[in-house]
Amino acid sequence: MANGGTVETTYLGAIREALQEEMRADESVFMLGEDIGAYGGAFKVTEGFLDEFGPDRVIDTPISEAAIVGAAIGAAHMGLKPVAEMQFIDFIAPAFDMIVNFAAKSRYRTGIGAGLVIRGPCGAGSRSGPFHSQSVESYFANVPGLKMIAPARAYDAKGLLRAAIRDPDPVLFFEHKFLYRRIKEQLPVDEEVFVPVGKARTHREGADLTIVTYGAMVYKSADASDRISSEDGAEVEVIDLRTLRPLDTGAIVDSVKRTGRLLVVHEAPRFGGFAGEITAQVCEEAFEWLDAPIRRVTAIDTPVPYAPTLEDYYLPGEDDIVAAARWLLAY
Amino acid sequence: MRTLYRFLWLTRALEERLETIFKQGHVVGGLYRSLGQEATAVGCGYALAHGDWIAPSIRDLGALLARGVQPRDVLRQYTARGSSLCAGKDNTNHFTIPELGILGPISPLGTQLCVLNGVALSFRTRREPHVCLTFQGDGASRTGTSHEGLAMAAALNLPIVVVLEHNRWAFGTPSTAVAAVENWADVAGAYGVPAVTVDGNDVLQVYDAATQAIARARAGDGMTLVVAETYRMLGHAQHDAQKYVPEHELSEWEDHDPIQSFSDYLIEFGFESASTLERIRSDVAAHLDAAADEVLAEEHPPAEEARTRVYGDPELDADVPWSRGPVPGYEGLTSGWRGRPAAGLEGA
Repeated sequence: MANGGTVETTYLGAIREALQEEMRADESVFMLGEDIGAYGGAFKVTEGFLDEFGPDRVIDTPISEAAIVGAAIGAAHMGLKPVAEMQFIDFIAPAFDMIVNFAAKSRYRTGIGAGLVIRGPCGAGSRSGPFHSQSVESYFANVPGLKMIAPARAYDAKGLLRAAIRDPDPVLFFEHKFLYRRIKEQLPVDEEVFVPVGKARTHREGADLTIVTYGAMVYKSADASDRISSEDGAEVEVIDLRTLRPLDTGAIVDSVKRTGRLLVVHEAPRFGGFAGEITAQVCEEAFEWLDAPIRRVTAIDTPVPYAPTLEDYYLPGEDDIVAAARWLLAY
Repeated sequence: MRTLYRFLWLTRALEERLETIFKQGHVVGGLYRSLGQEATAVGCGYALAHGDWIAPSIRDLGALLARGVQPRDVLRQYTARGSSLCAGKDNTNHFTIPELGILGPISPLGTQLCVLNGVALSFRTRREPHVCLTFQGDGASRTGTSHEGLAMAAALNLPIVVVLEHNRWAFGTPSTAVAAVENWADVAGAYGVPAVTVDGNDVLQVYDAATQAIARARAGDGMTLVVAETYRMLGHAQHDAQKYVPEHELSEWEDHDPIQSFSDYLIEFGFESASTLERIRSDVAAHLDAAADEVLAEEHPPAEEARTRVYGDPELDADVPWSRGPVPGYEGLTSGWRGRPAAGLEGA
């Protein structure tokens, strides 16, 4: 229900609205993927889309992720704006060749870009085991030409997906499935929700320690920061990256120069994760402002396990973030 | 007829010219010949209409020439000129030219079919009467993307023609050793599409089969697999002397050279005179002389161009401009070892 110009919207609903609004505004926008048409999508993101937009714009495909991404590239070359759905982001693996060798290198090699969006549910916490829970951003982090987005808020999910669809480059859009129905926000009804690619946001202000994070870990980091505030009296600044590539190094460095302490938190495994890159960049650009070593709180270096005990251990917890933050504050 | 002959001869003469400049050291990297397979490429490329798209394999230079690619642009590609279609950033025939309907392949094979499906999809969405055609060797047809691309094209009934060039060799391995397929037209059955097999060294047979398959796709009746029986007469690339190829196979196929047999046919049945064909060959040679002179006088791109054109927004290309130079604010630190500190860190 509309309430003072806003309406309560879930993270999933925000994604759905972004797709709908872009498809209504521009008939070159279309979707392709598995079970997105008649079935309405595994998570019902596209329910009703087939009726509204027709089979030319909501295309059910074979279970062929490489062919899905390939078709998106070809359509993009022809001036269409494809949004390809990976039913779970784990299934992006069969499309790896198409993404890293074709889409990402296309503009550099030929001068013809591939403006397309590949979106899908990522992330653990829903007891779904090793193949329905992964965070895949680091697989693609070393590939110039790609952009990557991982929103935490419904507002950003909507605003950034709209920006991604209009972007001239291939964008991987990671939707955290744990947030799909848990996050509800009041989104404006009449005003346009649009968030530019490549800009981090400050989720929580603080002067004593910077936490850089993204996706579902924004909420755990914020909860941990509230605890530090009430129990220790220190104020932690939480930076929500929103876009992973291009990385908003400026926002990270600005915050670290004010707080002198950095903790990077992410849900992906530790080795080769984004935290390593962020650490290196801060060392290059703000070494002399650091009052403590940089620390990382991440998943452990294993596949995502299935049993609740194992998965809870695998994921970074609020306690882990609090402990690392206290260590840094005490250093 | 003489146009077909011209493209066949141009393909061979251009590749021979490339081989000459390869031996002179002008070619950067590898050189891939299509000797013996020219008729398949030319016949297919020539059968397409304006507005149609084609995605070649590495041995389909003739198709590109028949679609309007200029020999000097091919020379520029192989010599990594800044003026090349890929601006020196990629090699061989990896260029895309939307105005000519050409989608460049990449080295992981089968991928171009997946992408061409998207081009075909755009034709269908926009109700445009165009068709796409692509090639895959018997070797490339074994990749996952080849299978996925065929499955998608067939499932969505896309206006596509896939030409399977059965040239018997996948790099250094005979296709019989790595595929259990005997009759390559059988492959089409797995995807529920029709197939036709032609003598790939007979340019007229290829042209006819391609024309029919293209007409079928244009009419909305979907994909056809055209199997072209042919033979790769040279190694995988210039560095490969193909000692593994049985002599008798080469001599048998040499007797069935696509250009010689077409030339014999044209003269025997009175379509063209020997002198006309000779004039075509000398025109081609003169054209290639001029093109090679022009291209060899050109330069490689300036080194800093390596940074450009990664993203649509040039600002993003200069991500960390100082990654190859002094860090701003610390320019003085580019040289001058200050010596090991007198006291260890433990004293600090």
